[in-house]
Amino acid sequence: MKYKKERALSRVPGAVLILLLACTVLQAAVKISHPPAAPRAEDLPIPPGSTVLRLASFGDPVPLAKGVMLYLQAFDYQAGTRLPYQNLDYHRLIGWLTAVLQLDPGGQYPLHAASRIYAEVPDPAKQRLMLDFVYAQFFVDPGRRWPWLAHAAAVAKHRLRDLPLARRYASAIQQHATGDNVPMWARQMEIFILEDMNELETARVMIGGLVQSGRITHPGELKFLEERLKSIEARLGSGATK
Amino acid sequence: MAIVIAIAHMTLLEALRNRLVWLAGVVMLSALGLGMFLDQIAITESLEIRIALVAALLRAAAAFIVVTFSISSVVREANDKVIDLFLSLPTPRSAYFFGKLAGFALVAIAIALMLSLPLLAYAPAARLWPWTVSLGFELLILASASLFCALSLAQTVTAFAAMAAFYLLSRSIAAIQMIASTGIQGRDSLIDKVIEGGVHGISLMLPAFDHMTMSGWLIESPVSGAALLEMLAQALLYMVLIGAASLFDLYRKSL
Repeated sequence: MKYKKERALSRVPGAVLILLLACTVLQAAVKISHPPAAPRAEDLPIPPGSTVLRLASFGDPVPLAKGVMLYLQAFDYQAGTRLPYQNLDYHRLIGWLTAVLQLDPGGQYPLHAASRIYAEVPDPAKQRLMLDFVYAQFFVDPGRRWPWLAHAAAVAKHRLRDLPLARRYASAIQQHATGDNVPMWARQMEIFILEDMNELETARVMIGGLVQSGRITHPGELKFLEERLKSIEARLGSGATK
Repeated sequence: MAIVIAIAHMTLLEALRNRLVWLAGVVMLSALGLGMFLDQIAITESLEIRIALVAALLRAAAAFIVVTFSISSVVREANDKVIDLFLSLPTPRSAYFFGKLAGFALVAIAIALMLSLPLLAYAPAARLWPWTVSLGFELLILASASLFCALSLAQTVTAFAAMAAFYLLSRSIAAIQMIASTGIQGRDSLIDKVIEGGVHGISLMLPAFDHMTMSGWLIESPVSGAALLEMLAQALLYMVLIGAASLFDLYRKSL
């Protein structure tokens, strides 16, 4: 004999069915009428200390760091608006990003967000704050954090039109990011910026130094640098100098 | 009605025999001890730190006690075939449900009142009573949801896991919604929309725990009467919803 686990639906009183349906609809209606408000820029709280966050992580800081980053990016993000994040208090924001990096030093998300999202707002003062944050954090782990400083150099050059700032960032990459994983274009950024600044003599010396150092072994790269060197020397010869 | 009262009475007796009062007493003493410890180590805002952490501990402990008691009570009766016995009696099946719910509700209210007492040492009564009332609403919802889970799942571990997920999700769903609606710019695919819609859909069926029993009410921003009334309405609506779901399940249960 087949064991019947449940009785027929008809055994349920009609009042129970009606109540269940009515309450389900009512509950959904109540929740729809009270949607959670999107967090505003001014709602971003002061970041907690790293000790507090470590305590809250229950000994496993990496998941907390990842969660905090997702939480952080929700502030002042209005879906559909053209300019998110521009009203945030950047000092607080930097405090949060620093706290996340302290929790998870290997994580790239805070620096990615800093250089590619928060540094893209149309407010030069806030952009500079964020770029300086990326610059300061780069020195903690240059071998892994150079891509974000390279992007910061691009932002400084193309958005802020501040070539000395871009050169400072590029110079830091050139001097400190010396691992094999750092591509030559990143190490050579300073040379191109120097050319843009019309600092041809310095650029010439730098290229010469790079070639002499023996760090460049690829024939294609060597040829490219030699051609740049010739072009700079030609410009120097024609008097376009500094 | 007599059988409803009898079942509620039995449930209260079971709570007493399970030494829930003792357990609540231990939690109260632990909360006072935690308060004294925090007073010793806090450099500043000592009172605020004590209130916030002790209130959080008491709220979590109250939820844990009510949920574990409700689930273990129903599962024990299911294992002992007490539920089958009740369902075979010539009384409406709903009598068992209402009896258990009344018993659990009384236990929840008693736990809410007892576990609010340690906070009298730190917070003024005018701020404490709305917090206590809200805790009562929260525990009533948890008691009815635990009854539903225990009747449906009839297993302690699965019912408790379901309740833990329900409570944590209800408390954090607003934050999850917030995160879900802030995808990376330019990513607006069908999958993104489905995920966001799914999160919002789940949130519709969860109680608004993220607005209930906030420690901040005890410190600086007391809750308004209108907000308390809204919580009462939410608690009643959710209890009726869960009650209807439980009755639906109970009436379909085969002996």
